[in-house]
Amino acid sequence: MSTDQTETTLRESLMKSPRPGETAIRGFLFICGAISIATTIGILYELGTESFLFFQSEEVSILEFMTDTFWQPQIGRFGIWPLILGTMLISVIAMLVAIPIGLASAIYLSEYASRRVRNFFKPILEILVGIPTVVYGFFALTFMTPLLRDVLGANVVGFFNILSAGIVVGILIVPLVSSLSEDALSAVPDSLRQAAYALGASKFEVSMRVVVPAALSGIAAGIVIAMSRAVGETMVVTLASGASPRNFTLGQDSFFGYILNPFQGAQAMTGYIAITASGDLSYNTIDYNSIFAIGLTLFFMTLGLNALSRRLVNRFRQAYE
Amino acid sequence: MSVQAPERPTTADYFPTEEEYVGLLGRRTRRATWFKLFCLGMLTIAVLALATLLYTIVNDSFGLVAVVNQNEPEDIVAGLGHDPETTTLGDLDYDELVGLLEANVSSGVGRRLEREQRFYEDRLVFEDEATWTEICSSDAPPTGCTAGPRDGANVLALVQERVVVPDVIASYELVPSMLDPEAFEAEVMAGFEAGRFPEYTADQAQFEWRAWFSPTFLMSPASATPEIAGIRTAILGSLWLVVITVLFAVPVGVGAAIYLVEFARPSRFNSFIQTNINNLAGVPSIIYGMLGLAILVRVLEPFTSGAIFTSGPAPSDNGRTILSAGITLGLLTLPVVIISAQEALKAVPDSLRQAGMALGATRWQTVRSQIIPVAMPGILTGTILAIARAVGETAPLILVGAASFITLDPTGPFSKFTALPIQIFQWTSFPQEEFRNLAAAASLALLILLLTLNAAAIVFRNRFSRRAE
Repeated sequence: MSTDQTETTLRESLMKSPRPGETAIRGFLFICGAISIATTIGILYELGTESFLFFQSEEVSILEFMTDTFWQPQIGRFGIWPLILGTMLISVIAMLVAIPIGLASAIYLSEYASRRVRNFFKPILEILVGIPTVVYGFFALTFMTPLLRDVLGANVVGFFNILSAGIVVGILIVPLVSSLSEDALSAVPDSLRQAAYALGASKFEVSMRVVVPAALSGIAAGIVIAMSRAVGETMVVTLASGASPRNFTLGQDSFFGYILNPFQGAQAMTGYIAITASGDLSYNTIDYNSIFAIGLTLFFMTLGLNALSRRLVNRFRQAYE
Repeated sequence: MSVQAPERPTTADYFPTEEEYVGLLGRRTRRATWFKLFCLGMLTIAVLALATLLYTIVNDSFGLVAVVNQNEPEDIVAGLGHDPETTTLGDLDYDELVGLLEANVSSGVGRRLEREQRFYEDRLVFEDEATWTEICSSDAPPTGCTAGPRDGANVLALVQERVVVPDVIASYELVPSMLDPEAFEAEVMAGFEAGRFPEYTADQAQFEWRAWFSPTFLMSPASATPEIAGIRTAILGSLWLVVITVLFAVPVGVGAAIYLVEFARPSRFNSFIQTNINNLAGVPSIIYGMLGLAILVRVLEPFTSGAIFTSGPAPSDNGRTILSAGITLGLLTLPVVIISAQEALKAVPDSLRQAGMALGATRWQTVRSQIIPVAMPGILTGTILAIARAVGETAPLILVGAASFITLDPTGPFSKFTALPIQIFQWTSFPQEEFRNLAAAASLALLILLLTLNAAAIVFRNRFSRRAE
């Protein structure tokens, strides 16, 4: 009994022994971790309150914001759809460019390429990731737009057009699609490949009918992440797709001739935020508040895409564990 | 009609004949080959895109220009009694340069320049003492009252801008300049005939090689005149931003990673922190810019403008300072730093932790002396790559209000500033051709800066990982 007691007291005294340094460091490290939560709260708070002020003002109602198809702050029309249209058109073109190039590159690197070929191509794709987006914007404006205007005719393609912006955003996200897809492809167990080869399948059949379907949710997750990146991309969009929102009236404007026309400019959400903020912006004006309402919409769009991607990844993980 | 059993298939229906089989095999082989070629082609397109991008930048950074000077530098030098064969404007001393300005610039412009930044510590060139004392004691004194005198490079740039007044009327890209220089001259001459340059006559135009990306370009301050504009202000701004971003993001990010990997017990709150960090990594950078604008620039203005640190006038009249932008970039980089540091810490084998604990070390002692040294290369590499990403960010800087036109070097965290990506953005959005050359040259400088950072990351990784083995 007495030895038991000493053991207990010894343990207790050790546990209780004051280690102020240890506690302080632990506290500091905890605060570091909590700063990330403060950031999130900060983002939500500031987007929320400024958007609230925006919808409180007499010039705009939340219903108008969500249904109107005109964004013309000068005459007090604040419908988000033209800006969403610009963002979506650019993102769709970007995905049309990035998915084939990124996915095919990933299949080649993961299924076909020898070690030497991989060591040559992978750093190049990594360099593409490291180039700042403003340089891509410069590239869009000085190379892609003139090229499109030369090939398709300057009367067809405007100086600011969403095709050029979309293609360059696509190039920008190729490395993202390819590296995430390659991770998914190389996570497919080799036994599946060997089984297919044993049945006499060619490399094409192994890749397209066995490996890609097995990695599909991982690939899809990568594509969704890339889409979210394209939606939030700012500099290329601001520089190359122009500064006028594409206002439209459903049923009146030609669908393919105007609303979905890729050869003319259309301001995107990020483009509007950047252009408005780079001018003279005073606090508590309707313009100042409007960028936060758009920012909030953008935040939820990318958050939704990222959450979708995480769900896809979780499904993919379950498959082989 | 009576129901009939389907006819029993024969072996021939199951298996192809030899001819069919060979044909099928051929088709399969061909399809496999085409697919392989398609994939390789797509990969090549990605590589070509990078090559084209680099080509565009280099191509626009150098080339032939047609330039018209209002005053030829040779005449100016000769006018001061030097030999124009051996002396250039850069060889003149400070007093001669200021003298040139005094002789050539209108008194209004001169006074404005002096109010921006004075020429001599002890005497005034354009203003008289009485007016100077008066404007400096007014409520809003100009920057010249507090800032130190200009340096030689600054005054040389002013002489270029205000006395020589070069005007690049046309520029040509690098590759066509090398392949067919005559075509450029012919083009410019045709332009004169067509009346594209009504202010000048054809014999005023000089054709010369111009490296837009040059030491002078790196060392000159920003200017509204593209011929003499440089990026010194922007480079210094970017370096200041890196310093503040590193000071903020590295301790906090590594600290958070250590907490999550080494200290945090699995709990709801801790897994919430983890999910939250993953979510933050996916938030577009422009949203961080809005956070910076609303919180750092606006709400925390007394702090970010430096007002609470002095009793006198604030170093900056609003919160759009290097400090705001640096912290914004720090917040943006934070999730990336945390995630990469976590990866590095998780890669440290558990046996090291157990060994440390078994020796009676506390958790922090184990972390400090066992875990961190082993995880160091991974942490450093991830951090440097994250910082490199932050250096190229433009959108958040636009939101926190990096001023596009600043000619004075930043002097501290409370300065107004511009940064390399902002400078590229501005120049790209101007319509004139010369600004496109400037944007290309600035892009080249930015890429070289990033390449240096990336190379540093690789060197660190190799060096430390060898030591850890």
